[in-house]
Amino acid sequence: MKNVQKQKRANKSLPFFFRDEFKVSFVIIFISVALLITTFTFDIVPPILNRGIQPATFPKALLVLIIVMTLLIYYLATKNPWKVQKKLPKSFFLTLLSFFIFVVISKTLDFFLAISALSIFVSYYWGEKRIFYLLLVGIIFPVIVFVFFETILGLRFPPGIITNIYYS
Amino acid sequence: MDNLLLMMAPFFSSKLLLVLFFGTLFGLILGVLPGLGPTTGGALILPFTMTLDPLSAIVLLTSIYCAGTYGGAITAVLINTPGTPAAAATCLDGYPLAQKGEAGRALGMATVSSTVGGIFSVIILVFFAPILAQLAYEFGQPEYFALAIFGLTMLASIGEGSPIKNLIAGAFGILISTVGKDFMTSIDRFTFGINELTEGIGFIPVVVGLFAMSEMLTQSTLINQVFNRIALKAIKLPSKDDYKKTWKTILRSSGIGSFIGVLPAEGGTVASLIGYSEAKRFSKKPEEFGKGSIEGIAGAEAANNAATGGAMVPTLALGIPGSATTAVILTGLIIHGVRPGPDLFREQPDFLYGIFGAMLIANVLFFIFGFFGAKIFARITLVPNKILWPMIFAVSVCGTYSLNQSIIDVWIMLFFGVLGFFMRRYGFSVVPVIIGLILGELVEGTLRQSLVIFDGNWFMFFTRPIALTFFILSLIALAFPLIRAKKIKK
Repeated sequence: MKNVQKQKRANKSLPFFFRDEFKVSFVIIFISVALLITTFTFDIVPPILNRGIQPATFPKALLVLIIVMTLLIYYLATKNPWKVQKKLPKSFFLTLLSFFIFVVISKTLDFFLAISALSIFVSYYWGEKRIFYLLLVGIIFPVIVFVFFETILGLRFPPGIITNIYYS
Repeated sequence: MDNLLLMMAPFFSSKLLLVLFFGTLFGLILGVLPGLGPTTGGALILPFTMTLDPLSAIVLLTSIYCAGTYGGAITAVLINTPGTPAAAATCLDGYPLAQKGEAGRALGMATVSSTVGGIFSVIILVFFAPILAQLAYEFGQPEYFALAIFGLTMLASIGEGSPIKNLIAGAFGILISTVGKDFMTSIDRFTFGINELTEGIGFIPVVVGLFAMSEMLTQSTLINQVFNRIALKAIKLPSKDDYKKTWKTILRSSGIGSFIGVLPAEGGTVASLIGYSEAKRFSKKPEEFGKGSIEGIAGAEAANNAATGGAMVPTLALGIPGSATTAVILTGLIIHGVRPGPDLFREQPDFLYGIFGAMLIANVLFFIFGFFGAKIFARITLVPNKILWPMIFAVSVCGTYSLNQSIIDVWIMLFFGVLGFFMRRYGFSVVPVIIGLILGELVEGTLRQSLVIFDGNWFMFFTRPIALTFFILSLIALAFPLIRAKKIKK
């Protein structure tokens, strides 16, 4: 309890733009406003074809609702600040980076290779140094999953340097 | 009588029994592993159900749901970490009791109360789902719109965490459902010129992203965490004295869980917390709660498993999910061409009662598996995260890709994984996003069709008694957190 109060006090002492409640509210409102602007670019249905409301009306109403509610949580947070979150560790950023690497490899090289690379990368940085287990998570298991999906569901994975060899 | 015979159908089909066996086993494993659970597991297994007939597919998903909800208790008792969010309240007394050297007794009570709660809720399901379905014949588009709004406001009212944050998350879920071609006019919305988005954002990438991938990111922040595992010798059935102490609690929590389950919200999680607090309120020894009270375990576990049957009531009768996992089951139904609602009860009673029967058997099966195999299931938690999560990633990626054979779906899944992580970090529950996404089309569709019926006159909504009742209930649901907060302040 004392810790929570301490954290809250710590949060209150920060300038408002460094506080989590401001950053979160700002991001939500910024994205919502950007999307709201986008809704004005939606095609308008001529009255004769229009059934009920225009296609843009419903998303517009939702976005306005989200903005209003976000302002409300920010207002409430000024009275009762959120507790300060712990700093994210290096392993989180490395996992996030592995997601990005996965996207790049799956787009440019190979889907299977991307899974394999991510699995080895994540496993290694989360503390697994034994070669056998790295091979297990990085190669053996993805191969099993790959073959399982391919044979049971008749799935065809996207082409790539390794997948092409398998299919040929 | 005929319906009861239909419920027994799964007993006589070796294929269904096999599916049930596998589903219960898989559900237990998912429940035991912290971070996974029946929602993620159901979403991951959804592509595999395509190889099954509709009844087997839904039986598989429902058995995962029932067993997964119970499985969380094993981890909650032995390592003080709930295997599923619904088992959070079980930790409060399960772990302290295990620390006293009574892990077997704690798990025995969890297993018995889960089974009783689960069976109780199936009985509720068998009796109330057809009644609700009959009522649904009176529903037109405006009534469905009002009902969906009521469902979403309930998220704010009895969901976990901040009501406003839950509402934002729900609205965001509905917003996601608007991506793609507008179903009434075929006009593109939020597609940003990406062809793959014209079909909209799929349910599976969002569920797997918000649950599995965000959990993977959460686990990446906990890689140095050490669990204190308590050794389990064997599960012990509760003693006569324990039964005497807890039978009222188990029945009360079963009722609470079934009722909470019917309301569209976070199902078992909320049910177990309310079940636990009510058990404490009615207990003769409330001071023992938090220190290893057997009543605390019974209250939480009976309630969370009772929520499974309860949540299936609106899912099957109205097509409105009672929890995140039933949203996955609803998706499974739709994928297999089964349209939930009143017509399902009239046209396919064998299908429905087959599901009811399967849920009943699943509750018995997890009792047997839990009772004899808890020791083995507990060992699953020994699989280190550095091995487990890369494997889950591989299955998640292939599972997400398999439904539409679209790499964009995989990227969407990763995006929602990152989003889900930050949502959870800042106190936004991801469950309302799922409920919002699944209800989104219903909300917008019924609103627009109602306005066509009413010739654009919004006030006509209030001339329909059923719709008006739901709107009033929605207002009450929205006001409830404010009233609760004032009461707590006092």
